[in-house]
Amino acid sequence: MNFELTEDQLAVQEVAREFAEKKLKPRAEEFDTEARFDMDLLREMGELGFLGIIIPEEYGGGGMDAVSYMIAAEELTRGCASHAAAVGLSNSLYGYPLLTYGTEEQKKKYLPGVCAGEKVGAFALTEPGAGSDAAGLSTTFKKTDNGYILNGTKIFITMGAVADNVIVFATSKKGSGPRGISAFLVDKDAPGYEIGTIEKKMGLKASPTTELIFSDCVIPQENLLGKEGHGFRIAMSTLDGGRISCGAMGVGLAQEAFNIAVKYSKEREQFGKPIAALQAIQFHLAEMSIMIENARNLVYKAAWKKDQGQDYSLEAAQAKLYASEISTKVTHKAIQVLGGYGYIREYQVERMYRDARVTELFEGTSEIQKLVIARYLLK
Amino acid sequence: MHIVVCIKQVPEIERVKVDSGTGKVIVPEDSSMINPFDEYAIEEALRIKEKHGGTVTVLTMGPASAAEALRSALALGADEAVHLMDPAFDGSDAAATATLLAAGIGKLDKVSLVLFGRNAVDTDASSVPGYVAGRLNWPQVLFVRKFVELSADKSKVERMTEDGYDTCEIPLPGVVSVVKEINEPRLPSLKGKMRAKKAPIATFSAAALGVDTAKVGPNSPTTIVRSQPPPTRKKGEILEGEPDDVAAKLFDKLRADQII
Ligand SMILES: Cc1cc2nc3c(=O)[nH]c(=O)nc-3n(C[C@H](O)[C@H](O)[C@H](O)COP(=O)(O)OP(=O)(O)OC[C@H]3O[C@@H](n4cnc5c(N)ncnc54)[C@H](O)[C@@H]3O)c2cc1C
Repeated sequence: MNFELTEDQLAVQEVAREFAEKKLKPRAEEFDTEARFDMDLLREMGELGFLGIIIPEEYGGGGMDAVSYMIAAEELTRGCASHAAAVGLSNSLYGYPLLTYGTEEQKKKYLPGVCAGEKVGAFALTEPGAGSDAAGLSTTFKKTDNGYILNGTKIFITMGAVADNVIVFATSKKGSGPRGISAFLVDKDAPGYEIGTIEKKMGLKASPTTELIFSDCVIPQENLLGKEGHGFRIAMSTLDGGRISCGAMGVGLAQEAFNIAVKYSKEREQFGKPIAALQAIQFHLAEMSIMIENARNLVYKAAWKKDQGQDYSLEAAQAKLYASEISTKVTHKAIQVLGGYGYIREYQVERMYRDARVTELFEGTSEIQKLVIARYLLK
Repeated sequence: MHIVVCIKQVPEIERVKVDSGTGKVIVPEDSSMINPFDEYAIEEALRIKEKHGGTVTVLTMGPASAAEALRSALALGADEAVHLMDPAFDGSDAAATATLLAAGIGKLDKVSLVLFGRNAVDTDASSVPGYVAGRLNWPQVLFVRKFVELSADKSKVERMTEDGYDTCEIPLPGVVSVVKEINEPRLPSLKGKMRAKKAPIATFSAAALGVDTAKVGPNSPTTIVRSQPPPTRKKGEILEGEPDDVAAKLFDKLRADQII
């Protein structure tokens, strides 16, 4: 048993922390207020190697382990959750399925650009009528002589507005369940591809959450991802990995809000002494610290199991559920520690609270995580 | 083109204290970093290399811990690192440091350009680049804000002056110090960091450099008579009121102090 990070992992932490401190943190409030994602920062994250941390070097990635990836995800989220979400997207939701199920040509064509931050990949599963019930898709595909025709609408697609290539899940026939689903690599310039509404949100505001519309959208045969009928399997195994990085995001937001709360409590004086001297504040801080520690350990353990080549679906769901829920709790408490100032934008924690809330929703709500966990426990 | 960037490891200045009793400078152990101005020199070298090809070697003279500064530069993308290290070098002043750096540069292959940051934030002297140019008998331009042209045997640069800039042309090899207006330094990448951790660093002792130790280290020409903390600044005064009144008050004060 060893709780220490390796030298390589410490180096990853240092690089990610420096980038977050210098490039993300100073502008996170501005990005949130303007609901603006900075494409120059995306390119910089590509150049520094964050967008393809777990992608092998031959496809332009860093070829690192999942634990390193979680460390980077946590640190980057401490700087700005919206921009860190793009790192989760490119590694877990786009990079992983392409790497695992893609043909050599597909990998060579799409991965290097996304790893470099020159191109954006997205993942489109959710539909207006199919959220938690991800197998209940209405987007359909029809086989043609040299490819497929897609019809339907996806919603809430992270980075959809700026994506160059999107992994889209569609069914051969509505109501045919998991077995009817296939995955496609859809280019933004495919005929019949359209960007719809960009949602206005409670948090994660700088990350464009977008509707995508497919109207007789033409997909060449070589853009089928994996085999026909394997789409649901691809989606579920993708989400397993994505869930760990959602957990890491939760930890990052909680850690940053906690740090702000600790610092503030030592500086703010009421009744003639720092509020940190009040037991009520100390109790908040103590509880926050335990939640963060637990969540990080769950995240690391799930990632570690993935690195060992073991089944990690249970641990990923546990880590995602716990880390996202404590993220909301810890950021909520941080606001409490700061009092009225916590409610003011300049003090940052209210943004973290709003950003944290989504980690309980995307890539499977908390309720869905519990179903996944219970399925393993009762197997 | 072979570019050498001379870098210095410095303490985080805000954390350095001077004991007002003994005059001893107290440097916290974990507070070392690359001299911030040197980061602009490293960045410029990397940009030149990316545009024109070549190699970038970072060179430092300092104790064993200065290898960290070299590794930070390697993480940014420098190709090679050279460390001049010998107990006999400890306490070298600017002139002695320049002697050592020039000897180090002499050991390297076909150097075209030697870059420096404008000054080191600890000693604040800006004198080493000029000394090095003198030792090598190469031309120098200090406080450069832009490389306008660069070829194998000459370079045109813009040198910052108090009221603008001069355009200077020098034959190469030459020595240039850069100001922070020249670029925006990059941050280390994951790949760079991993490579830097394992990269070899060439070290040269006094014997390997072939320098006369009677002129460096504690035998440097400079002697430190006394160190003292900088005097604390007197509290400023803010004049309040309507602009006309404030201007009148300011005028009276400046006259009282015989400034005008
Ligand atoms: C900011 C943001 C970014 C997103 N990015 C993406 C993306 O990039 N790609 C993508 O495909 N999707 C994305 N999503 C969609 C997200 O994954 C879904 O919103 C999520 O899966 C929940 O689906 P839903 O919103 O339709 O909620 P519903 O499924 O309608 O759920 C409503 C409520 O019912 C509960 N519920 C539903 N079914 C059950 C059940 N069987 N048992 C118990 N409770 C249940 C849910 O837990 C929830 O509390 C994103 C969403 C957001 C908000």
